[in-house]
Amino acid sequence: MPQIFPKRANTLPILSLVGSLLGGVALIFLVWYYFSPEFTTVGYQPDQPVPYSHQLHAGKLGMDCQYCHTNVENSKHANVPSTQTCMNCHGQIKTNSAKLQKVRQSWANDVPIQWTKVHHLPDYANFSHASHVNKGVGCETCHGRIDKMGEEGVYQAEPLSMGWCLECHREPELYLRPNDEVTTMGYTQPANFVERNLDRVRAEGIQPPTNCSACHY
Amino acid sequence: MANTEDDKTLPAEPSRPQEGAGGGHGQLVRGDLSFHDITEMVSRHTEKKAPLAWYIAFAASLSGALLLLALLAYVVWNGIGVWGNNQPVGWGWPIVNFVFWVGIGHAGTLISAILFLFRQHWRTAINRAAEAMTLFAVVCALIWPTFHVGRVWVIYWTLPIPNQMEMWPQFKSPLLWDVFAVSSYFIVSLVFWYVGLVPDLATLRDRAENFWRKRILGFFSLGWTGANRHWRNYEKAYLLLAGLATPLVLSVHSVVSFDFAVSVLPGWHTTIFPPYFVAGAIFSGFAMVVTLMVITREVYGLKNVITIDHLEKMNIIILVTGTIVGFAYITEFFMAWYSGVEYEQYAFINRAFGPYAWAYWIMMTCNLITPQLFWSKKLRRSIPVMFVLSIFVNIGMWFERFVITITSLHRDFLPSSWGYFEPTWVDIGTLVGSFGLFFTLFLLFLRFVPMVAMAEVKGIMPQADPHHYDGGDGRAAGNGHAEGDGEPYIRPAKVASLEQPDTDEGEA
Repeated sequence: MPQIFPKRANTLPILSLVGSLLGGVALIFLVWYYFSPEFTTVGYQPDQPVPYSHQLHAGKLGMDCQYCHTNVENSKHANVPSTQTCMNCHGQIKTNSAKLQKVRQSWANDVPIQWTKVHHLPDYANFSHASHVNKGVGCETCHGRIDKMGEEGVYQAEPLSMGWCLECHREPELYLRPNDEVTTMGYTQPANFVERNLDRVRAEGIQPPTNCSACHY
Repeated sequence: MANTEDDKTLPAEPSRPQEGAGGGHGQLVRGDLSFHDITEMVSRHTEKKAPLAWYIAFAASLSGALLLLALLAYVVWNGIGVWGNNQPVGWGWPIVNFVFWVGIGHAGTLISAILFLFRQHWRTAINRAAEAMTLFAVVCALIWPTFHVGRVWVIYWTLPIPNQMEMWPQFKSPLLWDVFAVSSYFIVSLVFWYVGLVPDLATLRDRAENFWRKRILGFFSLGWTGANRHWRNYEKAYLLLAGLATPLVLSVHSVVSFDFAVSVLPGWHTTIFPPYFVAGAIFSGFAMVVTLMVITREVYGLKNVITIDHLEKMNIIILVTGTIVGFAYITEFFMAWYSGVEYEQYAFINRAFGPYAWAYWIMMTCNLITPQLFWSKKLRRSIPVMFVLSIFVNIGMWFERFVITITSLHRDFLPSSWGYFEPTWVDIGTLVGSFGLFFTLFLLFLRFVPMVAMAEVKGIMPQADPHHYDGGDGRAAGNGHAEGDGEPYIRPAKVASLEQPDTDEGEA
């Protein structure tokens, strides 16, 4: 009985073998890159109810982060300020600005402004702002140059993926800064910063955990 | 091959087994069949319309499979809380069902690999269906851990794939060993099954008349022509795969037992688990093969190929492994007593006489007591008895996993956390649905794939012996052609005559 398929079909097994090997490598790369927060969430910039500009307040006017995000040293959460905080100044400055209409409404009606959350961690990952800020992790390290984000809103600058967290947890000396520089934007490390940080790590016993239950509990 | 002469028929009474034919083995194939009869008996079921019973069974199974699909969607949507698992019984039916289905699979690999290496020729009649059963049982097993993780869309996290989360599987965890054990088991079983199928698919290809059927079968039969070189390579590949699959028979269920044995929980933390689980797996798997084969040989008229002798041999294995399992149950009690550990002793006394005593005694009855009936040759050759007992075995083996999982967990370390597990309707529905999926796949197998390894069965028939046609003095009789006893090499028979039932089933 003659063969059904032509002789060139003999190359099919070797082609499918090579194809599945290359396909497997390609698939791993695709998952590695396209399933990562670096691809899926960096640059996330939701619309906010009020066109608040960090560029103006934190950059041009030089307000400290902690003027508004008051609990960052004490709490897991770096709280979003209440309308009262806005009205501390805007009760007297730019009282007729159209952009502040919703802030004044919120103040008058005693209803909070519904800001949209930008930086999401999964429910199963616990993160404390206080323990990071008090050990010299700068705001900028995770949130980027907030002082350059304007009226269009804050965007996510870093992946906030587990691997990204672990990079610092394994080698904190490459990222830490003095506590009085934590809120500084555009901070440049001095030449000997690794030695300085290693000294601090030893002196304060900073041991960022890398075990699962440090964050997943 | 296809020169069927319709006037030739088989004797109405198939012959009784003859001793001494084919190298000293008892005759495994009855009914004085020729090679061509075997081809006809098996191939035609993939070529003609399926019997009515098939359609009825398929409709029932498919509705079960759809129920499973719907309920799994429900589980994914709502979270696994819709199952009955909750503290203190965090591992409920999903794990029970997982171990149950993986266990079922083991008979297929044992029949196909270990019995092959031990040259047990009787395996040839049942190995194809048993291996198919293995694959489908493993598919059913994999459902449970996959959906039990909750976030099923990230199940690929269990595999060591480089990723930007820098997440890597925990190689110290038996649950990860499971991933590798079961997936390698599935892959090796699939390859083994497929390699064995190649010569038979080529037979179907050569018989095919439809254009596409010929091409599809031609694709899967890999250009097989039955040349001597093909057979040499095939035999070598089959032997190597059998060698590769043999350790898997033992390793897979050992690793599954580590899920329990490696933990530190009274009732789980015992070194007896690996051998005891493997024996139990083979026990339940053979019972499932008996259940399936009893029906298959009846519906498809294969009683001369899958004979009562085959079923009896499987029943003996059920008797042996069932007794090993029962011995392990009793050994566990002895160890609990001999250890002198109060908590271990409590775990076992609570198992037999506590709130789950009903489950424990179902297990004991079905696994240890009823298989003892197979000591009687009359009973182990009785179709109704073996059918009922084989189903009992699988009920018992499901309850074994239930007893191990649930009773060890429901008494937590703190009495304040003690509880009583109750399944939800979703638990029951998914278990029923998994049987639907299993039977759907098995029925598709019966419909589209040769259900008996034709080439292998032919290899153990008396005619396959080079000296079969000799006149008895070592010289070929007649004119040197293979017609020593007057039988032509290919003797076609009427299709209808092939379905003559085996008449000596009730023999003592």
